[in-house]
Amino acid sequence: MMENAWLIPLIPLFSSVILLIFGKQLRESAAYIGILAVLVSFICSVIVLVERIDAPTYKQEIVWLVTGEVNITAGFEVTALNTLLLVMVSLVSCLVQIYSKGYMEGEKRFSIFYTYLGFFTFAMLGLVLSPNLLQLYFFWELVGLGSFLLIGFYFYKKEAKEAAKKAFIMTRIGDLGLLIAIILLFWKTGSFDFQEIFSSIGAGEISGGMLTLIALLLFAGAVGKSGQFPLHSWLPDAMEGPTPVSALIHAATMVAAGVYLVAVTFPIFSASSTAMETVAVIGGFTAIFAASIALVQKDIKRILAYSTISQLGYMMLALGTAGYTAGIFHLLTHAFFKALLFLAAGSIIHAIHTQDIYKMGGLWKKMRLTSPLFLIGALSISGVPLLSGFFSKDEILVSAWVNGNFLLFWIAMITAFLTSFYVFRLFFLIFTGQPKTEVVSKESPFSMVLPMGILGILAVCSGYIQTPWFGSYLGEFLVKGNKFLLVPAHSEGPAWIMAAAAVFSLSGILLAYLIYVKQTISRNFLIKEGSFINTTLINKYFIDETYYFTVGKTVKGLALFCSYIERFVIGGFEWAVTGTIRSLGSAGARLQSGQVQVYGVAVFAGLAVLVIIYALTGGLIR
Amino acid sequence: MTEVPLSAYLVLALVLFCIGLYGALTKRNTVIVLISIELMLNAANINFVAFSRLGVTPSITGQVFSLFSITIAAAEAAVGLAILMALYRRKKTVNIDEMDTLKH
Repeated sequence: MMENAWLIPLIPLFSSVILLIFGKQLRESAAYIGILAVLVSFICSVIVLVERIDAPTYKQEIVWLVTGEVNITAGFEVTALNTLLLVMVSLVSCLVQIYSKGYMEGEKRFSIFYTYLGFFTFAMLGLVLSPNLLQLYFFWELVGLGSFLLIGFYFYKKEAKEAAKKAFIMTRIGDLGLLIAIILLFWKTGSFDFQEIFSSIGAGEISGGMLTLIALLLFAGAVGKSGQFPLHSWLPDAMEGPTPVSALIHAATMVAAGVYLVAVTFPIFSASSTAMETVAVIGGFTAIFAASIALVQKDIKRILAYSTISQLGYMMLALGTAGYTAGIFHLLTHAFFKALLFLAAGSIIHAIHTQDIYKMGGLWKKMRLTSPLFLIGALSISGVPLLSGFFSKDEILVSAWVNGNFLLFWIAMITAFLTSFYVFRLFFLIFTGQPKTEVVSKESPFSMVLPMGILGILAVCSGYIQTPWFGSYLGEFLVKGNKFLLVPAHSEGPAWIMAAAAVFSLSGILLAYLIYVKQTISRNFLIKEGSFINTTLINKYFIDETYYFTVGKTVKGLALFCSYIERFVIGGFEWAVTGTIRSLGSAGARLQSGQVQVYGVAVFAGLAVLVIIYALTGGLIR
Repeated sequence: MTEVPLSAYLVLALVLFCIGLYGALTKRNTVIVLISIELMLNAANINFVAFSRLGVTPSITGQVFSLFSITIAAAEAAVGLAILMALYRRKKTVNIDEMDTLKH
């Protein structure tokens, strides 16, 4: 199956094309085609993963372009990291498509939605399989396109339209960095291929400064895609898209592409300590920064979006502190529990038609299936012991500790506390207390509950692939046979870290419980309502406003200036040229009046002139 | 009776030609314009006949040529008037300044 792994992305593309052509006739049965295609992809991915456990990396390429002496190849590669992500992406995509069948029911553009989902899945799987940077860049952009189309799915809503544009433009800023990095790498090594690039770096062919620059530019691409500070503000706005899309693209897969990029080019980063430190610091800062915003927001999806940013920051922090396994591990577990949280949130929104958590309440008794599943997700993301989030977070904390960066370690610890606090604030406000809306809420259909159930199981169990007690299967699988990856499969840290992480997360839950259920502690206990900090947090540190008044205004001014040049300088020149020619033409046209007597006068006048010349020159002109 | 000098004929022809030219270039009525053209032709005929009798080498050729010219002028007048009739039926006008469709 490994030699046929290229089929995995193509099946969803095929279904997407079919739906594009026959979508109108198929209507809501379009869902079956989409689900079937991605299910086949998922099964193939699992087979590939199982085969890859015992086999070495498989790689196949064909020459795509020949320019001079350089052959540019295209192909696919089955590495340990790829197969894991193949399985994760196809699984989450499959579950989300099953879920969407219930969630999007009655939507007019139902088949279009599945067309986009299939296209996105194709792009994401293709991104994961790419063996070289050029191909990766292509799919990177296609993924961005899929995200753009799906955020703007409700294009008749102004916010959705704006959000789609914002997402596209802000990620593009990062993509520019990625493109420059790819060009620089090609310039220095003459190849796009990962293996060849890593070999030349290993041989020391690139100077230290250049290597740092390349790594930082690559990281800029990752920052854009993964919503890291300072390019994070598109991700909360992207929540304007349908909720299944938020679960698939903006929680599990596409935003993880940035982390994947750093992971896949990890040898470049590990060769430059400055780059590693930058990744770790940006990651750590983003983690605590986004978590602090999530504390005070009131839109359920936006809270989850900030949580995603924060968790992605965690992954970056892990990678930056050489916790390669920890980063990938958290990427996988996060994909499951965050997708679960989003799908559960979608189920709630589907039932009561509001996203404001202050208008929810008392849903525990009404939604018997969604509620425990949301709880599982919440417990998992909080890092409660024995659930998946606990193990992956512990792995990250250990790697930060072993790396010796204690400031980042404590930032990660505090973020863990904040995470469990805001997630359980969400949980208690939604599920406990008195119902605040009149809307009769009912449980969602089976097609929505089933994917949540599967994700719930995974959110509990997926942590056991890498634990300090049973063995680090994941780490060994990832590191084994990869000669460029100079990281241990598992970092050994002091045992108290695990205990401390558990205490931090449990105390976050306890605090949320005391404030929002028991109400023994006032809501103003930590941050007073209306205070400066509170306002700042609610307004997301005024980042959007800052961008608007600096970048936005500057670009607008520049654009205005350019438009005046276009209109008056270039337009004026054009006007002068066409005006001259036109007036010459109309003068010529006026001569031909059709008045035969005027012609006659002209003929006679011409004759008279000739006669006068003849007379003045005194004879024939010789 | 003394012979009329050549210059008198030529002046007569010149005056006739100028009247014809003026008429052809200024009158709005196409019939007048055609008449004026006849005047100009006849001015030429006077010159032919005058030179045939009083020229440097007098010969009959000039008179023959003027006969041809009169014949052709008659044909031309016939064709011109026929065209004018056709035009008048179409446009209900004989004014020459309204007949400008050939410019298109």
